[in-house]
Amino acid sequence: MYGWIGCYLRIDLGSGTVRKESLPAELARKYLGGRGLGTHFMMTEVDPKIDPLDQKNKLIFAAGPLCGTNAPSASHFDVVSKGPLNGTIAASSSGGIFGPMLKYAGYDMIILEGKSVKPVYLWICDDVVEIRDAADLWGNTVPETTEAIRAATDEEASVACIGPAGERQVLFANIMNECGRAAGRSGVGAVMGSKNLKAIAVRGTGAVRVPDIKAFRDTVVRASAKIKANSVGGQGLRNFGTDVLVNILNELGGLPTRNFTDGYFPMADKVGGESLAKQLLIRPRGCYACIISCGRATKVTNPKFAGQGEGPEYETAWAFGPDCGIDNLDAVTKANYICNDYGMDTITMGSSVACAMNLFEDGIITTKDTDGIALTFGNVDAMMEMVRKTAEGEGFGKKLALGSYRLAESYGHPEYSMTCKKQEMPAYDPRAIQGIGLNFATGNRGGCHVRGYTISPEVLGQPVKMDPRVTEGKPALDITFQDLTAALDSSGMCLFTTFGLGAEDLAELLSAATGLNITTEEFMKIGARIWNLERLFNLKAGLSAADDKLPERLTKDPILTGPSKGLVNRLGEMLPEYYKLRGWDAAGVPTKQTLTDLGL
Amino acid sequence: MSKMLMIYPDRCTGCHNCTLACSAFHDGEFRPHTSRIQVTTWETEGFSMPTTCQQCEDAPCVAVCPTGAMHADPHMNRVAWDDVKCIGCRMCTLACPFGAVVFETARRRIIKCDLCDGKPECVAFCPTKALDYIEETDSARDRKKAVAVEFKKTFEEVK
Repeated sequence: MYGWIGCYLRIDLGSGTVRKESLPAELARKYLGGRGLGTHFMMTEVDPKIDPLDQKNKLIFAAGPLCGTNAPSASHFDVVSKGPLNGTIAASSSGGIFGPMLKYAGYDMIILEGKSVKPVYLWICDDVVEIRDAADLWGNTVPETTEAIRAATDEEASVACIGPAGERQVLFANIMNECGRAAGRSGVGAVMGSKNLKAIAVRGTGAVRVPDIKAFRDTVVRASAKIKANSVGGQGLRNFGTDVLVNILNELGGLPTRNFTDGYFPMADKVGGESLAKQLLIRPRGCYACIISCGRATKVTNPKFAGQGEGPEYETAWAFGPDCGIDNLDAVTKANYICNDYGMDTITMGSSVACAMNLFEDGIITTKDTDGIALTFGNVDAMMEMVRKTAEGEGFGKKLALGSYRLAESYGHPEYSMTCKKQEMPAYDPRAIQGIGLNFATGNRGGCHVRGYTISPEVLGQPVKMDPRVTEGKPALDITFQDLTAALDSSGMCLFTTFGLGAEDLAELLSAATGLNITTEEFMKIGARIWNLERLFNLKAGLSAADDKLPERLTKDPILTGPSKGLVNRLGEMLPEYYKLRGWDAAGVPTKQTLTDLGL
Repeated sequence: MSKMLMIYPDRCTGCHNCTLACSAFHDGEFRPHTSRIQVTTWETEGFSMPTTCQQCEDAPCVAVCPTGAMHADPHMNRVAWDDVKCIGCRMCTLACPFGAVVFETARRRIIKCDLCDGKPECVAFCPTKALDYIEETDSARDRKKAVAVEFKKTFEEVK
């Protein structure tokens, strides 16, 4: 096979058996890899109704066919499982070196089954696959674990691991690789923790092959030129990181503020990408094969928040910043470092603190609940303390560790949780941007921006500008973005390559890497197939159309200040059309015809 | 006039596009393990350093080569080798202070930078110009200028 390796690992952590299985070519073409392939195996091998933290759940690490080649920014792999934060199908994507390394070692994917009786880690070096004791590593932070495993295996090993948060099964624990890259959302780190698996270390000395290296080179050069010529993909992200979005969203009045009680934060610039570049940035960083370099190597010298590491991204700066009413970039960055070190998703962490602050300000919880801390919006020390408590599993932090939905629900006010399908929405206010609201509501893993980034046309004018305030045309837009992203995630590409590349370019890269003739139409159809398969998993898990909604706050309470003052999201205008265009019935279930058309 | 491969670690993002391009060009596959240029990264510090053959003037690998396989190639301003003369003794590996030359038994060959015969692929694919193929006497120009820019900023602030 070209592009793919054609082999994957199946490891039973309970019995310790390791099997190498071959990847059927027809399956590879149908689902590509990463998110699509992982979801296929979840659907065929796991009962969607299981408890995500039960040993019957599986944890799949899957790279895509472009991963390991020099297609621009093609470093991504997905961690696929049933997510513990909300019980939906979870596919959490990460860059770094892990995905390519896995392929150089000779595998497209690892399927992890069962549960180890004691803490272990995996060491994969080409043909050698060992399950090793991790008793000494349990309790260690991500950098400590990474360093210790490299010392015990190979200094060049890529290490994907959980921190103490994953061990304790914090419901939004992530899996970190290369210390600063994260399979961040849906709590896949808690699943890894539930299996007593601390880390996977991999080193590969083999190759990824393409059918015609010269032709592939030409395709890569053409695609790279398009990204370099794009204002966001070429310069914007390198100079200012994703955090450049703070000011852009705020100027639109679409920067969720103080737990979405507003959509405008006057001090936003203080936590924006421009301030970050001026104050904390050491230099831009890139994942494997990356030409965009959105990563931020940063250093905080302020003794109160001192540290060094990766971030913050836009979502992180927002979650610990404006969403908590905070404008202190040093604190926001330090909170990011703590999450990286302990292995927690920054969006859900920050948003859960914001939810608690909202509950506190409205008198629903008091200092009696919060270990004596006045959780008011804008209180930097309180925010930092809550992150620390969650990371350490202490006091009120144990409640925050369940995410904002369970937190707010436990006090009888789930409406304070800014979640879709119990996963926290990221930093785009659906009241100011209609299409992203539909995307959050229909997202297969709940509130999430990387399942259909309609912000590109609605805010950034990429590839063409669309009015964020109208609902017309948004269902079709969302579907296109959702399908394209599903296929892109499954190819091994980074989502940011869409700042320059369209479906036709991605299909061309895939064809050049695999030797198959994958047309733009087939590429988009693969995306639709994956989206519908995820939908089927969720329906079988017990979700329904009633879960395709936004928090009431966003459809009823208008934005209070700023350029989008007075606006609400009009989901009701978009959802029926979305179902219809998807080929789903009024109950949000794919029709037989739709499934037949997609080969499901 | 002679060109050299100039490395600016301060511009390197650690993306490994150089290693990918190198292995694709020389081996026709993506196998960065045998790339002639390698990148060492300190993740938490956000620092990466590409290293490769420095094409030394008085090259230790040439001096220790018992068969004359490894030799100066002044025309290309590089150290070249002759596969026919190479006996696979790995003395070059032992002698190189930069760790830039290895021998691969499986393919019975020396793995070392050959500057892609004057059009280095690593330079072509480096997205941040952390690598440059430049006249050797001009190679420090960017560094000089960076110092001058910093000085200018400070000078204007205190003026």
